[in-house]
Amino acid sequence: MSKILFSTDHEYVDAEGSAATIGISNYAQDQLGDIVFVELPQVGATFKKGDEFAVVESVKAASEIYAPLDFTIVEINEALEANPEQVNSDSMGAGWLIKVSLDNVDQLGDLMDEAAYSAHTS
Amino acid sequence: MRYLPHSEAERKKMLDVIGIDSVDELFATVPKELKLREPIDLPPTSPEFEVEAHMGALAAKNRTGSDGPFFIGAGAYRHHVPASVDHLIQRSEWLTAYTPYQPEISQGTLQMLFEFQTQVAHLTGMEVANASMYDGSTSAAEAILMARRQTRRKKILLSGGLHPQYRDVIKTYLSADEGLVCFDADPKGTAQIITEIDNDTAAILVQTPDFYGNLHDIKALADAAHEKGALLIVVVTEIIALGLIEAPGALGADIVVGEGQSLGNPLGFGGPYVGLLATRSKFVRQMPGRLCGQTVDSEGRRGFVLTLSTREQHIRREKATSNICTNAGLCALAFSIHLSLLGEMGLQKLAKINHANACKLAVEMAKISGVEVLNSTFFNEFTIRVNKDANSVVNALAGKNILAGLPVSRLEPAKKDLENLIVLATTELTSSGDIEALVSALTSVLSGEELS
Amino acid sequence: MSMNSVGRSTKSDQVAPSGSGDCSLLPAEPLLFEIGSTEHSGVDLPDIEVDDKRLGNFRRQTPLELPGLSEPENMRHYVRLSRLNYSIDAGLYPLGSCTMKHNPRLNEKMARLPGFADVHPLQPVSTVQGALGVISELAHWLMTLTNTSAVAMSPKAGAHGEMCGMMAIKAAHAASGQGHRNIVLVPESAHGTNPATAAFLGYKVVPIPAKSDGTVDVSAVEEALSADVAAIMLTNPNTCGLFEPDVKKIADAVHKAGGYFYCDGANFNAIMGVIRPGDLGIDAMHINLHKTFSTPHGGGGPGAGPVVLSDALAPFAPVPFVQKSNEGFVVEEHGDGNSSFGRLCAFHGQMGMFTRALTYMLSHGGDGLTQAAKDAVLNANYLKARLQEEFSMPYGDQPCMHETLSDDSFLEGTGVTTLDFAKAMIDEGYHPMTMYFPLVVHGAMLIEPTESESLYALDAFAQTMLDLAKSAKAGDVERFVNAPTKAPLRRLDETGAARNPVLKWSK
Repeated sequence: MSKILFSTDHEYVDAEGSAATIGISNYAQDQLGDIVFVELPQVGATFKKGDEFAVVESVKAASEIYAPLDFTIVEINEALEANPEQVNSDSMGAGWLIKVSLDNVDQLGDLMDEAAYSAHTS
Repeated sequence: MRYLPHSEAERKKMLDVIGIDSVDELFATVPKELKLREPIDLPPTSPEFEVEAHMGALAAKNRTGSDGPFFIGAGAYRHHVPASVDHLIQRSEWLTAYTPYQPEISQGTLQMLFEFQTQVAHLTGMEVANASMYDGSTSAAEAILMARRQTRRKKILLSGGLHPQYRDVIKTYLSADEGLVCFDADPKGTAQIITEIDNDTAAILVQTPDFYGNLHDIKALADAAHEKGALLIVVVTEIIALGLIEAPGALGADIVVGEGQSLGNPLGFGGPYVGLLATRSKFVRQMPGRLCGQTVDSEGRRGFVLTLSTREQHIRREKATSNICTNAGLCALAFSIHLSLLGEMGLQKLAKINHANACKLAVEMAKISGVEVLNSTFFNEFTIRVNKDANSVVNALAGKNILAGLPVSRLEPAKKDLENLIVLATTELTSSGDIEALVSALTSVLSGEELS
Repeated sequence: MSMNSVGRSTKSDQVAPSGSGDCSLLPAEPLLFEIGSTEHSGVDLPDIEVDDKRLGNFRRQTPLELPGLSEPENMRHYVRLSRLNYSIDAGLYPLGSCTMKHNPRLNEKMARLPGFADVHPLQPVSTVQGALGVISELAHWLMTLTNTSAVAMSPKAGAHGEMCGMMAIKAAHAASGQGHRNIVLVPESAHGTNPATAAFLGYKVVPIPAKSDGTVDVSAVEEALSADVAAIMLTNPNTCGLFEPDVKKIADAVHKAGGYFYCDGANFNAIMGVIRPGDLGIDAMHINLHKTFSTPHGGGGPGAGPVVLSDALAPFAPVPFVQKSNEGFVVEEHGDGNSSFGRLCAFHGQMGMFTRALTYMLSHGGDGLTQAAKDAVLNANYLKARLQEEFSMPYGDQPCMHETLSDDSFLEGTGVTTLDFAKAMIDEGYHPMTMYFPLVVHGAMLIEPTESESLYALDAFAQTMLDLAKSAKAGDVERFVNAPTKAPLRRLDETGAARNPVLKWSK
């Protein structure tokens, strides 16, 4: 069973072995307000921890999303192009951003579990 | 001073409310040594009639378009603007409104921009147009930056038919970086840009009708660009042409930029004008400038707002698509009013008259000994080669009160092969008498002893 | 008594659609594409035939689908649309940072003289001596007001002017072997265009924090300075409406470190004729003619942003520039062979704005411009004094310049946001102030009355603002969260507009 981990920048990582799904936390989507557009990277692109890999836009703000660890993009959530509001309605589910293959699973240890994250956001 | 409402008594009353004795105290945070100690060395307040006299005297030193025959184009065209256009744009509600950031009390401007965007899209044959740019030259530069973002490639090919000042603006915007390839001036419009397109090419940029007046095969250019994954940017500086020649968008152009001055806006010594930028829907996120979109209010009524503004500098700051901030609102309004007065029928008629006058002039020019018409195709502007230095010829004709077109060397100095070229334009305002006067004066200048 | 039997039907099922949009003198207006027709035209032209000989194979086949309107239809369409707009002529327009002052109509009249309006930018220079004279005179006024020795006239707007100034700085560094300098310092309170411009030119933007009093921290600037810093971009008076008291120290420190000082001149209206930016050590500053010198905003342009330059940057100014010679004015149109960084636009810049701005300056004179700046500052401080009891002004203990700033702490716990407050102002007949800018203040409200407002107008505005503030605090949330209710439209769905963009009309 996978365990969902969080970064201090409000991304979540749902990893199983070196495969992971990444998106923004429910807290983050709530802070951003109505999301109108999501810019996603290309499949095959690689990112290092801290790189900007996506942009999530509301009407009045554009927020860069940073890689919480090193990875290579395997799949992007193409449904968000037509329905960016899925990030609002179900950020941890249908509103996922990318599926990746992790380049360094040890980095998972740098992330927070749900309890630590909710302490971080409170 | 007539623009300042306060009397001295009122100023005093206001200072009392603030709780100070003098306005100078409001500048207390300014270090003393930074303030002017004496009144600024400029003339004093003037009554309206004196200002009018001063400005009128300056205006009188300029030769206006209606003072005699006039054949200059080259990116700015002398067209007739209906009287109602200027009346309407001087209405307070258009003239003295700000950018429509509060849509509930700016629907006039917003709906106008939505209509403008639609008109530009139809005219250019594209899917989406923005709410205007500074002018044609800066639109062209912005289009190139946009193509680079879209393709993530760097190489740009500029055709040799591009207006030389547009080319110079693009060079400046790109700091003349290594990706920019400028083709040599191409007065006959025959240079082969297509063979230079490769897999690193972000875009090719082609003007049609070009600076020298030639029309280009946009379809062939688009196909060649697309084959290599490059974009085709088409520049149109005489927008009236699109009433008679095919829309670049219908032929495969990816971005169409234009100078919209010809509709609604006077020559005005070069500005303000109105830049047009239109593209395909799929590129809209990379588009610079403001966009107006349709939506509804909380009671479901149709309304308009500025939208997709996250592309812009006031939100993205250092990550914006461009640093453009204002558009050319009032010039876009003039464009839109003029075009809606013309309508499809009027624009087509206008374009045909422009073209017919140029055809007439070309026939007459070809008859003059010492003149060669270079173009095989054109809209309302073409290039002649004369057997003397073009600049001297144009100056000699100006001495006879005829503004006989633009000597190419003014914009392309020190290029031997361009020294004898003149670009001539006609519009609906060109009369047969104007053409006769030019023919006769040019014949005399070229054959006579006035010039060596 | 007789009944009028030819007038409007009184039966409810026969009522015609409302021509007024149920809003009397504020009518809803259909789109041009809904009322126009390709069979209508408001221009009379002969219909002549042309052959294809000179058109190649490029004759238009795609339908234009551009509706036309006869002149009366056209007049009505644009008059009706215009009535849906707020304007300076109709009311106080307190947009901070935008300087919405009166636009004198003499400016418009002068710009329309055929000697200015009907002149081509590429006519022989002997035929445009008056136009070049306008540019030269305006340049003189701008240089005198700023105590600088050169001005680049061609930038088409403030942001374009920033580009111009920063390109001159980049060129100057390159010319002196300092091309490696890749950092530009930008205070956090800056206009968004500043970092956008710096980034556009390939610079790395390093933000400088503000002190608690709203001004730039000199020690933070000094700390950030290094051999890699190309320039600082500073707005003065700054976007909080405050004069930067340490501006000269900052300029000196930047110069000592080998950098240049770009000043954003958006707020020049507060200091013209009182303080000359050249005396503050600036190297480049754009001047928004559409703010300070009253050229109309026109619903979002056209603007004009000439840039004054110090001696150090003058050699790098863009073409074209006007010079005096024995034969009158000449215009240098080519950068080749000199150190100019290039060309920013075709032709000569926003000539129509030059004519208007010069007319405005001549009208005021040097004394009138100085008085205008002082009145602008007086008006802002008067409003600050009037509003202080109900609003929360973060820098309220010092005088402001031409604009006064409140944050939203006075609304805390009321359930009313800055946005709601602004929308309620619309119902009171006012255009809202600038909101949520500068970013350094929470829920910012930036109010700039300009010198054009009379005491009567300022009092009326202050009264309304105080009444709204009291009403919010008293719990009348409805007045705010539902506002506006009296404008042509209620709040618009901006989220929907962005999610599913409809950017042109279609059948």
